[in-house]
Formats: sequence, C-alpha cells, structure tokens
Amino acid sequence: MEYFIQQLANGLTLGSIYGLIAIGYTMVYGIIGMINFAHGDIFMLGGFAALIVFLIVTSFFAGVPVALMLLIMLVVAMLMTSLWNWTIERVAYRPLRGSFRLAPLITAIGMSIVLSNFIQVTQGPRNKPIPALVSDVYHFGAITISLKQIIIVVVTAVLLTIFWYIVNKTPLGRAQRATEQDRKMAALLGVDVDRTISITFVMGAALAAVAGTMYLMYYGVASFNDGFIPGVKAFTAAVLGGIGSLPGAVLGGLLIGLIESLWSAYFTIAYKDVATFALLAFVLIFKPTGILGRPEVEKV
Amino acid sequence: MADEALLKVQGVETYYGNIRALAGVDVEVHKGEIVSLIGANGAGKSTLMMTICGSPQARTGQVIFDGEDITKVPTHLIARRRIAQSPEGRRIFPRMTVLENLQMGANLDNLKYFKEDVEKIFTLFPRLKERQSQRGGTLSGGEQQMLSIGRALMARPKLLLLDEPSLGLAPLIVKGIFEAIKKLNQEEGLTVFLVEQNAFAALRLSDRAYVMVNGKVTMTGSGRELLANPEVRAAYLEGGRH
Repeated sequence: MEYFIQQLANGLTLGSIYGLIAIGYTMVYGIIGMINFAHGDIFMLGGFAALIVFLIVTSFFAGVPVALMLLIMLVVAMLMTSLWNWTIERVAYRPLRGSFRLAPLITAIGMSIVLSNFIQVTQGPRNKPIPALVSDVYHFGAITISLKQIIIVVVTAVLLTIFWYIVNKTPLGRAQRATEQDRKMAALLGVDVDRTISITFVMGAALAAVAGTMYLMYYGVASFNDGFIPGVKAFTAAVLGGIGSLPGAVLGGLLIGLIESLWSAYFTIAYKDVATFALLAFVLIFKPTGILGRPEVEKV
Repeated sequence: MADEALLKVQGVETYYGNIRALAGVDVEVHKGEIVSLIGANGAGKSTLMMTICGSPQARTGQVIFDGEDITKVPTHLIARRRIAQSPEGRRIFPRMTVLENLQMGANLDNLKYFKEDVEKIFTLFPRLKERQSQRGGTLSGGEQQMLSIGRALMARPKLLLLDEPSLGLAPLIVKGIFEAIKKLNQEEGLTVFLVEQNAFAALRLSDRAYVMVNGKVTMTGSGRELLANPEVRAAYLEGGRH
C-alpha cells in the first residue's frame, strides 16, 4: 500500500508537468486548429532559460535564498519562452494562416527541429547539470515525499487556477473563447483576432516554461533533446483528455504521469511508453474525441 | 432626412476568389434612417453587409463611414467605430452562455454599460432573460436570432446592420422584432441597414430601400414607392403566390 501511494505521488508530480505542457498544445489547437509541434521544444527552451539564469545569478551573487532563486528562474524563463513563442507565431505560423491545413503543421515540425538544433549548437550536445536546489524530503511512514514534488504540484495547482480564471472570467479569456468558436464573428465584435492568437501562444509558452523549470529542478539536468519525449507525452495527454479541452489537458497529463510511474513500479520500466501509448489507442477507439473532448458537430 | 450620409458605399466590387459577388454597388444610409436591401438569394446582399465590415474587403470602390474611408480598415477596428452586425446565420458563440454572448457585444466599452444595457435587451427580448445561463448552441433558431440582435445592440452601435432578422422565425416574433427595431429607431435615433427576404415587412418598416439583382443595385426609392412599384411587386412581393 505504501509503495502504491509512493508511486501515486511520483506520478502526480510527473503528471503535473505533462499537464502544464499539454495546455499549450490544447489551447493553440483550440484557437487555430493546428498542432504546434514546436511546443515541446518551447518547454525545453524554458528549462535552458532557467538554467542559464541560475548560472548567471549564482556567479554574481552568492547565497541567494532558494525560494527567490526559483522565482527569478521561473519569471525569466516565462518571459524568454513567451517571447520565443510569440516570435515563432509571428514569423512562422501567421503568414500561413488561410493556407492549406498541412502547411503550418509542417512548419511547426520544422520549427521544432530548428529550436532543438539551435540549442544543440549554442549550448552543446551534452547534458547540462544543475546542482540540487531543493533537497529536503519528508517521511510519512514508508512513504517519502520530497519538497521538490510538493513545489511542483502546488505551483501547478496555483497556475492552473489563475489560468482557469483568466480563460473563464476575464474579457481576454472571453475573447479567446470567442475567437476559438467563430473567428469572423469575434472580429465583427471588435476582437483583435491576431492579437488574441498571439496572446494564446504567449500563455501556452509561459506555462511550458514553468514546466521546463520544474523539470530541470526535478531531474537536475537539461538537454537539447528534452523537448521531444516530454513533448510527445504532453501531446498525447492533450489528445487523451480531448484536444481543445483545458480540463482535458490537465486530466490527460495526470493520467499519463500516473500510468508511467505505476507501470514502471509494477511492470518493466522499459515498456512504460508502450503502456502510455497503448492507453491512448485504447481510449481513442472508444472515445475518438478523447475523455473530455466534444464532438465536432455543433447545432447550427 | 439628414443631409450627411452616415454610411456611403461607392462603386464597391467584392470578389470571392475570381467570382465577382458585388459589381459596383452604390448605397447610402443617412443618420436616423432605416434602410432596407431586398433581393433574391445570391444577389449579394449578405456580401454587401460583410464588405461594409471589411470581411471580405472591397477590391474596388469605397466604403465611407462617418466621413472616413474604412474600405481597408481591419474588421475589428471597423467594429470599434460602432458598426454592429447581426450577420447571416446568426453566428452565436455556441459554447458560451447567453449572458457571455451579450458580454462579447459589450466588449468595446469593457462592460461599462453592461448592466443597464443588458436590462434593455431583456425587456426587448424577455426570452433571453429566462435563458441567460444557457449555452448559445442550445437555443432555438428564434432565440438565437434575438440573441444575435441583442449582442449587436450591446455594442451601442451608431449603425446597426441586420442580415435577415426574420429568417426562420414565427410571424409573431418577426412582428415583435420589427417593432423593436422601429422603436429603437424612433426613440434612440438608431440608424439601421437591414437585409430582408421578407420584402413586404421590410419595405413597410423602412424609410428607403434598395433592390439588388446579381450584385448590382437596380432600383431605389422610399419604402412606400417600392411597395407600389409593379416590378418590385411582381418579383419580391407576389412572386411566390401565383
């Protein structure tokens, strides 16, 4: 039983990270109907931005409190990746709007390759380590929960709440949902559609940056190809939860995190990805729109 | 009739790809008027409405609103100049509640007048009040039509464009909507430009009207003149009756 709870805690941590990334996929899909394959690399960039900030700050000021350090890393990473994603949308996706559906998809894959290669060239191909920032652990009987895990879950929960509030209760969120549902009508009501789409990319990138920073803190290394596997997992999470659905993305992320850690705990770790994707296939057979996804048909 | 035209459409041609939908249209709407546009299916009426809003933009000709050329202004900035449209097909946001749909209409003022304006809409269309927390997509056609008009009114428009407000509605509701338009026009001086298939009701309501055929305005006159015109009667008023 303790073992199970332990794995649950691990899965929840991992799932939070996947969920944060998945939101970026699902939001962009919702608003412009495109899978932003470069989003995983935006997540990777977030990790690197955090790492670089860490190195800069520690080389100038010794003994910065850990909480402050994490905050600085988070904020700078969020700003940097937002700027990146905003630029990518501007130069790579916006000119293709109104083009055939496959065009932005291909560009996104290209963008993904560009980003990971850019980091490989500028930062080197080896794993970049970061010293353990937070190493406290708490014991509850046989269960060990680290402060890192708590931070990850709490930060995720707080961000998701803020995020949920923005999307559901603010004029900006309303404009986003309106743009998602009927772009032309939104414009007729005075919504600046291009700006709304840009903001969506920025928000997705900011959440991915948080995920990147957390991932870096949790595993202690950053690598140029970090964007790939977690990116694919998060994308899977978005599809599993129902692409276009925000709660679906979070749910999908948590589910994948849990399956991964439980499978690794009770079966062979080598097949954990197989388990994840098998679940995806299984769900899609019975519910092609994902768990919380809605059918495409609308009453007109 | 005011001498300065609020909306002036001059020689506008609009294309969908290579297909010319509007072939040089001239229309004027003066402040405080109700002007209607009648014509058969595919004549280009809705295209004209959308061209006024810059979506699609006119390829040649000019759209002048309040003395300024808005032909090449992006759609959302045209909306911010207070041209509100209840477009063809109603275009309700299906996964937003009725109230949220109305909030979208009031976005231009950041919901500053939302409370008082929404009460007005609810007095105009009490059905919307009953359904305010229901999703737009679950409303009946008539309710969606009311919501679409209500949403346009929430923007406090200088010019209200209505594309077929009577489409798919029961005659009694149509009467109610037309009375509401008349009332807004008389009491608040709202300028209305509407497209209608229901030519009889539209002409009776309007100060002036235009008849459109194949992307061109072929006739214009006061509502009464057109009602009495034998060609108009034959084509749009008695055509279906035999």
